[in-house]
Amino acid sequence: MKNQRRVWFGVALIALTLLLLPFALSQAGTAWVRIANFALLYVLLALGLNIVVGFAGLLDLGYIAFYAVGAYVYALLASPHFGLHLPIWAILPIGAAVAALFGVMLGAPTLKLRGDYLAIVTLGFGEIVRIFLNNLSQPVNITRGPQGIAGIDPVRIGGIDFSRSDSVLGVVVSGPMKYYYLLLGLMLVIVLVNVRLQDSRIGRAWEAIREDEVAARAMGIDTTGMKLLAFAMGASFGGVAGGMFSAIQGFISPESFVLVESVMVVSMVVLGGMGNIAGVILGAVLLAFVPEVLRWTVEPAQRALFGKMLVEPEVIRMLIFGLALVLVMLYRPAGLLPSAVRKRELTQERTS
Amino acid sequence: MKSSKLALTLLAISVGLIGCGEDKKPETKKAEAPPPPSIEIKIGHVGPLTGGIAHLGKDNENGARLAIEEANAAKIKIDGKDAKFVLVAEDDQADPKVGTTVAQKLVDAKVAGVVGHLNSGTSIPASDIYNKGNIPVISGSATNPKLTEQGFKVQFRVVARDDQQGPAVANYLATASKPKVVAIIDDATAYGEGLANEVEKTLKAAKITVLPREKGTDKTTDWKAVLTKVKGKKADAVFYGGMDATGGPLLKQGRELGLKAVFSFGDGACTDEMTKLAGAAADGLLCSQAGIPPQAADKKFLDAYKKKFNVDPIIYAPFTYDAANLLIEAMKKANSADPVKYLPELAKIDYKGATGKIAFDEKGDRKDAEITMFTMKDGKLTPIAIIKGGQTVSYEDFVKASAPAPAAPAVAPAAEPAKDAPKAEAKK
Amino acid sequence: MDIFVQQLVNGLTLGAVYAIVALGYTMVYGIIQLINFAHGEVVMIGAMVAFTVINALAAGSMPPLVVVLIGTACAIPVCMLVGYAMERMAYRPLRSAPRLAPLITAIGVSIILQHLAMLVWSRNVMAFPQIIPLTTYGFAGATITSVQLTIVGLCFAMMAGLAALVYRTRLGTAMRATAQNPQVARLMGVDVNRVIAATFIIGAGLGAVAGVMIGTYYGVAQYTMGSVLGLKAFAAAVLGGIGNIPGAMVGGLLLGVVEALGAGYIGDLTDLCRYGLGPEESCADGGHFILFGSNYQDVFAFVVLILVLVFRPSGLLGERVGDRA
Repeated sequence: MKNQRRVWFGVALIALTLLLLPFALSQAGTAWVRIANFALLYVLLALGLNIVVGFAGLLDLGYIAFYAVGAYVYALLASPHFGLHLPIWAILPIGAAVAALFGVMLGAPTLKLRGDYLAIVTLGFGEIVRIFLNNLSQPVNITRGPQGIAGIDPVRIGGIDFSRSDSVLGVVVSGPMKYYYLLLGLMLVIVLVNVRLQDSRIGRAWEAIREDEVAARAMGIDTTGMKLLAFAMGASFGGVAGGMFSAIQGFISPESFVLVESVMVVSMVVLGGMGNIAGVILGAVLLAFVPEVLRWTVEPAQRALFGKMLVEPEVIRMLIFGLALVLVMLYRPAGLLPSAVRKRELTQERTS
Repeated sequence: MKSSKLALTLLAISVGLIGCGEDKKPETKKAEAPPPPSIEIKIGHVGPLTGGIAHLGKDNENGARLAIEEANAAKIKIDGKDAKFVLVAEDDQADPKVGTTVAQKLVDAKVAGVVGHLNSGTSIPASDIYNKGNIPVISGSATNPKLTEQGFKVQFRVVARDDQQGPAVANYLATASKPKVVAIIDDATAYGEGLANEVEKTLKAAKITVLPREKGTDKTTDWKAVLTKVKGKKADAVFYGGMDATGGPLLKQGRELGLKAVFSFGDGACTDEMTKLAGAAADGLLCSQAGIPPQAADKKFLDAYKKKFNVDPIIYAPFTYDAANLLIEAMKKANSADPVKYLPELAKIDYKGATGKIAFDEKGDRKDAEITMFTMKDGKLTPIAIIKGGQTVSYEDFVKASAPAPAAPAVAPAAEPAKDAPKAEAKK
Repeated sequence: MDIFVQQLVNGLTLGAVYAIVALGYTMVYGIIQLINFAHGEVVMIGAMVAFTVINALAAGSMPPLVVVLIGTACAIPVCMLVGYAMERMAYRPLRSAPRLAPLITAIGVSIILQHLAMLVWSRNVMAFPQIIPLTTYGFAGATITSVQLTIVGLCFAMMAGLAALVYRTRLGTAMRATAQNPQVARLMGVDVNRVIAATFIIGAGLGAVAGVMIGTYYGVAQYTMGSVLGLKAFAAAVLGGIGNIPGAMVGGLLLGVVEALGAGYIGDLTDLCRYGLGPEESCADGGHFILFGSNYQDVFAFVVLILVLVFRPSGLLGERVGDRA
């Protein structure tokens, strides 16, 4: 009983922190709220990928393709490019649906593939999607190719325009702060879906597939359907995150959806702990803030010590990603916050 | 486990907050330091200081820095107070995402104006943020037409747009080498494709046959398949929109295949690096640079730059130098560093800068921006012509014509040209 | 017709480049069923080391060929060391871990190698000094250069050498035994770890040679050159049947030809105006309405990869099928 009260207290504390965070951050500058927003976007992506990688055990190295699809759906339906300006409540579901369709398109031909082969094929798929986005300006101009799509509508809900600041009861709420709350809300929804999935019949089925696909099929699990469902669900979350990215940036081009971004999201999931929701969130937040933290620490430190910059923060960031992937696999294969099942199975596998 | 997660998150945030706090200190300190009747005016500069084109970013920043230091030395008074200009230099890593974050940072810091960004890809999403913050921004190097087509009052640029450079190259190519069939290749980047599109439009308008577009990527090293196809279609000129790293192998492989066509490139591949990358094959290459060549910029600027930074400007430094000077000039005229007051002055400015006379059209683009044509001769890029407002002037004539100009107190933020300028504007 | 022959020549040279890199993938995969994701970076490091050496010696009076050979001789041990270190630190500890674990570390290693190379050689594109005088030969209306001939020749020589190593030497026998069943091989007195390390070292050595060839052929090297090259070479290895040495050759050459012919002809073939299907305003005056042009050149490798894995996971020459794919 006492324990439960403590849990509730903890939850309330976290909730309060998250609610007040943008105000604290905006004291340091609205730029920090933007950085927090990008971190939240990565959390959305990592949670989506976690369904595919963590729950169903299918390593997807082309996940950023779904993010790109979501972003382009938003951009095409709410920008001067086609002259369409649909409202957000229409676009996000469309984006999620189209992304899910792409997920099935990727999943269907690769059902037979496992492990490393699947990883390479998904990587190829991600590149194919990017190459198409980059080249579909000819012969009919659909994506505007490398020129990118500009003038994308910001989110508008009711009379609230998310790109402007408003004052509510004397408190100024800037555009990025509104996006923060919107993203926080989306994150909560996705976390809830994740939590509910994990312990549902579907979640168990995924787990069974991850452990032993043949046995799972023997137990009567529709492995084909379940795998496709994992791809579709993971992809749809990516699509939603992509739509939000479009709205926040107002301009997108294929250079935002390169392979490195996929690797980054995979790193987040792996580092945090595949299959564990809290771990994945932690991984995403940590790695999303790394570049900013480095920018504030490494750069000035080097300039102070050597008078110039020897190693760029960007390089350190990539080295950290690389090292994180290697070291986590070697010493903590279940991630910083391992899921209970993963932890058990990994220790068993190593001792056997 | 839970507490450790919370701790880590808080740690990450607190490190961020501390870092940010540190950033603010030096600015506020400087504000308090000088004696009472003075104002501090912050001017932002954004360009990639890390990443693949960091050297260009630094070059841009140097240009702006030089302008600001000269302005401080000139002891300008604004609104009766001693103006002290401070450069807030930011790094956007040439990444659109970082570009918007940095733009927001400058808006937060309440800079009076911004010089930058270097790339079109970061400039376009950032311009929206400056527009909302009502902060004038002048790019010295972003050439994508889209940047000034968004209808933002605060956005200007002092460099020629792709759709000014493209037609200039195409016209030069059409008149100088009179090709019948032209193949156009690009590297499928915003810059390469954009430029190639403009070249294609102009050539087609001149009734020259243009082959269907061929494309590589900005990492392609094997161009042979594409070039063989071009050879098969009997093209007698090839235009490539892309950078030198890919243009070099393209040129070399073209010659290996026995392609006799004239090759012409845009400013991304108009560098001395071409001789190294393509070897002897580079000779005879035609290429263009937006603006006048750095060596043709105002002598006074070149000397000052060399003296201060001990290197020669690479490409765009004269433009960012002018951009910073334009901001300062407009503030002087409006007698205010408040964007609301000096923005109208900036829009109708008429200024003689290191890169020539500058005035903006209604979109914020430079009127009559110059483009220079070069040819590769014995491993050296040699300017052959300057194109301005549709007129082609040979390089020798241009140098002769503009030679007296540096003698006049053109670049220095002196009072005379400033007074003349509004009159000239009024006459029009 | 001569254009077609030229495209074949282009494709075969490009294919030989893929094949040399693919050999490294296929060797490692053949022994321990691991996709050594970082092999492309080994090739890159080979090219970079060779660049440094060749650049330093280019001004001297040594004959160009000797300079290139010295460059190669320096690149090989460096790459072998990288290959060994990689195996020792990132793969060996994970030998009994789930299959995804070494793949993830491989991605990590490849990121680390790339950025370390960037620290050493900067981000700039390195321009190889053009010291080898090009001799161009005419051949059925097409041209082929001496460097191209060398690449194709070297590619076959390397394949033959590798096949001889695997099928004629003691080490080769140990390798094949390890590939079939590591446990049994160990029981038979094969030092499995040593054999695997040797495989990585030989693979890295091949990678070094590939790097030098690619660098001197195209004249450029950059720290990012390994990733796309590695992916395509991997696709080539899969196409030929991964784990199979002649398969890597066949796959590489085939992929090269597919890319060259694709880039050369797909634009004309998908021009709807040719078939009278395109919209009139585009097709007027000999205009074009091209669905896919050379811009999709990089898609071919991935499409081939997906098709092979889906329809014939054992590849063209591979015979071992099973749970692998």
